[in-house]
Amino acid sequence: MSGGRRVGGYAVAVVILLAGWALLAWLIDSPALPGPFAAFGDFFSALGEGLVEAFAVSAARVFVAIGLALLFAVPLGLMVGRSPRADAVFAPLVFLTYPIPKIVFLPVLLVLLGTGEVSKVVLIAIIVFFQILVTARDAAKSIPEASVLSVRSLGAGAAQVYRNVVVPASLPAVFTALRIAAGTAVAVLFISETVAGTSGLGFYIMDAWGRIDYGDMFAGIIAMGLLGILLYEVIEFAEGRLCRWTRVGGRTVG
Amino acid sequence: MARVAIHGLEVVYEGVEQRIEALGGVDLELGDGEPVAVIGPSGCGKSTLLVALAGLVAPTRGEVEIDERPVTGTRLHTALILQDFGLFPWKTAYHNAALGLEIRGLPSAERARRTAEALERVDLADFAGSYPGELSGGMRQRIAVARVLALDADLLLMDEPLSALDALTRESLQGLLLELWRQRGFTSLLVTHSIEEAVFLGRRVVVLSPRPGTVHAIVDNPGMGEPAYRSSEFFYEKCAELRGVLVAEGAFAERRAGP
Repeated sequence: MSGGRRVGGYAVAVVILLAGWALLAWLIDSPALPGPFAAFGDFFSALGEGLVEAFAVSAARVFVAIGLALLFAVPLGLMVGRSPRADAVFAPLVFLTYPIPKIVFLPVLLVLLGTGEVSKVVLIAIIVFFQILVTARDAAKSIPEASVLSVRSLGAGAAQVYRNVVVPASLPAVFTALRIAAGTAVAVLFISETVAGTSGLGFYIMDAWGRIDYGDMFAGIIAMGLLGILLYEVIEFAEGRLCRWTRVGGRTVG
Repeated sequence: MARVAIHGLEVVYEGVEQRIEALGGVDLELGDGEPVAVIGPSGCGKSTLLVALAGLVAPTRGEVEIDERPVTGTRLHTALILQDFGLFPWKTAYHNAALGLEIRGLPSAERARRTAEALERVDLADFAGSYPGELSGGMRQRIAVARVLALDADLLLMDEPLSALDALTRESLQGLLLELWRQRGFTSLLVTHSIEEAVFLGRRVVVLSPRPGTVHAIVDNPGMGEPAYRSSEFFYEKCAELRGVLVAEGAFAERRAGP
């Protein structure tokens, strides 16, 4: 897709969303749902009054948490997927713990790690970690043995098999999981910021709600939306850089 | 160059739930620079023979020697071309072709020179920066050939390298393989399902028995070696002879009966 068409597509999407929003606000006609013009007015005036700081705090939390999750989940997932012996131990462990909603451990983390940054970052990281781990394992497991034989026949050792085959073969799946996890990460961020602490966008939104300042509340909601978009775009950019081959041609090769 | 000697080669895969006897005592010698084709019914251990020669599977019994040295692991000048999985979609044609040299740690200038030469040789110089997904099936297999050329291999092992291609592309690549063999004189072992391909590219054609594979018969094919051989009467006679051997072996009946 060309850059121009991409920007054009975004512009049309933004217009459609704003029109839908305006229509909904007009139909509902409540101060809790201001129209887009009023809301963006409030958003821009809130920028100088603490919204930028709240955004920065939240963005830092979610990016650090996702980075930590990737750092542990990708190598572990790939290794488990490639080693039947490790998988025999790990697979049941993961399948038992994966379905447990990790968000219920928020109170435990708050008690153990305090109400500051650490508990929030750890909670998000744990949730993203599991989603990436399961995908990375499955991706590494499904690599055809013939691909591995082919590089081994060239004299590749274990490290070179990972570098030339296992990692690149699994990356697209990891990015897909990361996109899905990013949405969850922002939701968990919001919950953890509303439950404890006095900083970040979650706190900003709920604080405005408590003050019945709907304009400010919506400024926070818009900022939260922008954080989600930023996260998505960063992932998209990284994927384009690291998985260039998926962006050319339509066919896949075994 | 490479002389290959296989003595009583048996390979048994011990799986978790099953035990597969892939090869049941294969004896075969390949002279220096000799092109040999291997044909046989499905699942006769043809691929196992190649991976054993490549040093990727250890013999359960018997031995494989290349230049009087037992094969215990991968060898610098042995190249293996697989049907589908030899190329990596995440590497450009250049990096796919250069992979063997990269893994073997050649200095980058030398690597670039040899890879560029090899791509030039298979007419892909203009596609060095393309990914396999952007290229046709025939071009992809030519990248695999370029990888072998860059390695400067003296023993070429091919596992049905052309079977996924359409008939025209297939013939032109058979022509390319023949030409390269005439130029470079490497020893080659080609596993194929195609009688015509075996007769076109094998000075001897080895017919394997159903699993566990053993050498059922060897058909001598001294006329092989000229591009024009394909359209000669001898070629057709040789194909008929080979087909007769396969029929006598029950290779066709085996397929009908199915597993």
